Amino acid sequence: MDTTELERIAREIRLRDLQAVFEAGAGHIGGEMSVIDILTALYFRVLKVWPDQPKHPDRDRFVLSKGHTACALYVTLAKRGFIPEEEISTFLQPHSRLNGHPNCNKVPGVETNTGPLGHGLPVAVGMAKAAKLSGARYHTYVVTGDGEMQEGSNWEAIMAAAQFKLDNLTLIIDHNRFQQGAALAETNDLAPFRPKLEAFGWEVTEIDGNAISEIVPALEHRGSAPHCIVAHTNKGHGISFMQDRVEWHHKVPSKEQYEIALAELSEAL
Amino acid sequence: MNAPVNPPKLHDCRDAFASTLERLAGENETIVAVCNDSVGSSKLGGFKSRFPERLVNVGIAEQNMVGVGAGLANGGRLPFVCGAAPFLTGRSLEQIKADISYSNANVKLVGISSGMAYGELGPTHHSIEDFAWTRVLPNLPVIAPCDRIETAAAVAWAATYSGPCFLRLSRVGVPDLLAEGHTFELGKANLLRQGSQVTLIANGTLTHRIVKAAEILADRGIDARVLNLATVRPIDEEAIIAAARETGAIVTAEEHSIFGGLGSAVAEVVVDHAPVPMKRLGVPGVYAPTGSAEFLLDEFGMAPPAIADAAQSLIKRK
Repeated sequence: MDTTELERIAREIRLRDLQAVFEAGAGHIGGEMSVIDILTALYFRVLKVWPDQPKHPDRDRFVLSKGHTACALYVTLAKRGFIPEEEISTFLQPHSRLNGHPNCNKVPGVETNTGPLGHGLPVAVGMAKAAKLSGARYHTYVVTGDGEMQEGSNWEAIMAAAQFKLDNLTLIIDHNRFQQGAALAETNDLAPFRPKLEAFGWEVTEIDGNAISEIVPALEHRGSAPHCIVAHTNKGHGISFMQDRVEWHHKVPSKEQYEIALAELSEAL
Repeated sequence: MNAPVNPPKLHDCRDAFASTLERLAGENETIVAVCNDSVGSSKLGGFKSRFPERLVNVGIAEQNMVGVGAGLANGGRLPFVCGAAPFLTGRSLEQIKADISYSNANVKLVGISSGMAYGELGPTHHSIEDFAWTRVLPNLPVIAPCDRIETAAAVAWAATYSGPCFLRLSRVGVPDLLAEGHTFELGKANLLRQGSQVTLIANGTLTHRIVKAAEILADRGIDARVLNLATVRPIDEEAIIAAARETGAIVTAEEHSIFGGLGSAVAEVVVDHAPVPMKRLGVPGVYAPTGSAEFLLDEFGMAPPAIADAAQSLIKRK
């Protein structure tokens, strides 16, 4: 699938995500908008997955460590054929399997339960290590938020990945510069990430994380060490009044705002 | 004059764990051992020599260790994640909840040196909260074997059980109690002594003490039932209800806080199904003074004569 087609899919996912969050009256729309281009590139270009056989042993593994942006993952999984597209309308409804954070025992395509931050990377290290032990050829990808990198468990995993020489592991940091309460810079400023990861023995690529043309080659890169992609993104990307505004971490658009956002995203289609 | 009696041979249950794991790993290439710089204290030296590639040492990083275990299971490996019980459980409790229990990952958590095993090292190293922390988690059997035979049986069971579990082991030497060839059955108590006037229930190292307490009670003319209850969750409700109805009084003893542990788990069943007087022996909600495991268990009222005394006074409340 070429870049133009991927960009179109990303816009469709943004639109459906906006609708789902508006209808459910909850969600983490800012971080969803920042990560959608990465999810699109993964599921529609890079990941070797079989939606009709979600547990196929040779499948590439993907872990959404920033699990609060589950809605974007659900929309992507639905579009890729893992779950019915009409099921997105059940997001957060009573007894829906589309919980506010992804559940691997309910939703096909989800590899491990996430939600509390700092869990995905250690699990991804275990997945990549398992492939090394068994000789499996699958690749493991994990997306964390930049604020999430404040969790110490991530740095434990970063050390282990380098020690285990996991060249079959790719960490994508969704570097949208905002966390729940404030900017990363005003909280615990981990930026720049590159020298820190490099110091731990990782190979690092920095890209515009909202540009499919930069995301795909970075995801397809293979080296001799674990690979970190610092994806510079915008919180609320694609919706003018949300962009780079901390309050849109988990705010729900009003009817008026929803109409504006809908128009902006539809126009881009 | 009595013939001289040789003291029984004591066994470190970690040896039974390690030798069983090595034997199973020889038969099942998916088995891996994961540890936190604890090759020595988890007795994984032999495993490391025989299967060097399959010993995953994450260093001193327990949260990562448990997450890595979940990932290894996702990739088709069968991980036994080993570490000192206080740190394995306490330091990575949320990983145990989200990555293991909630995800239902096929990971075997092995807490070494539990209870007061690190007595002299102080309360930071005592693992007397681990039953409470783990037994509230769905999908996670919680098991504390009483001797080397039950340890080996529980490890063999864990390797074939499809799902996570928590094995709680000590490092304090204990004599054999169960018969060779004993098979572990999840959630089943072992009746070690039939009795009609009171039931003593324990697991782990405390099982040995309640057996002795029952002998003391027998000398005093009191007929005590003894149950070894290795599985704290799922608990053997049937055996507990029968004990309550048939003996009318229950004493529990554990190398754990009396809050949230084995005694609490037994009390939940008793109060729901067959209320009778109970006495829960354990650490009464305090941090322990300095001393060996044996000293501390005595100090907290769990010397066999003290357990017998507790049972005797409890009978009067029936």
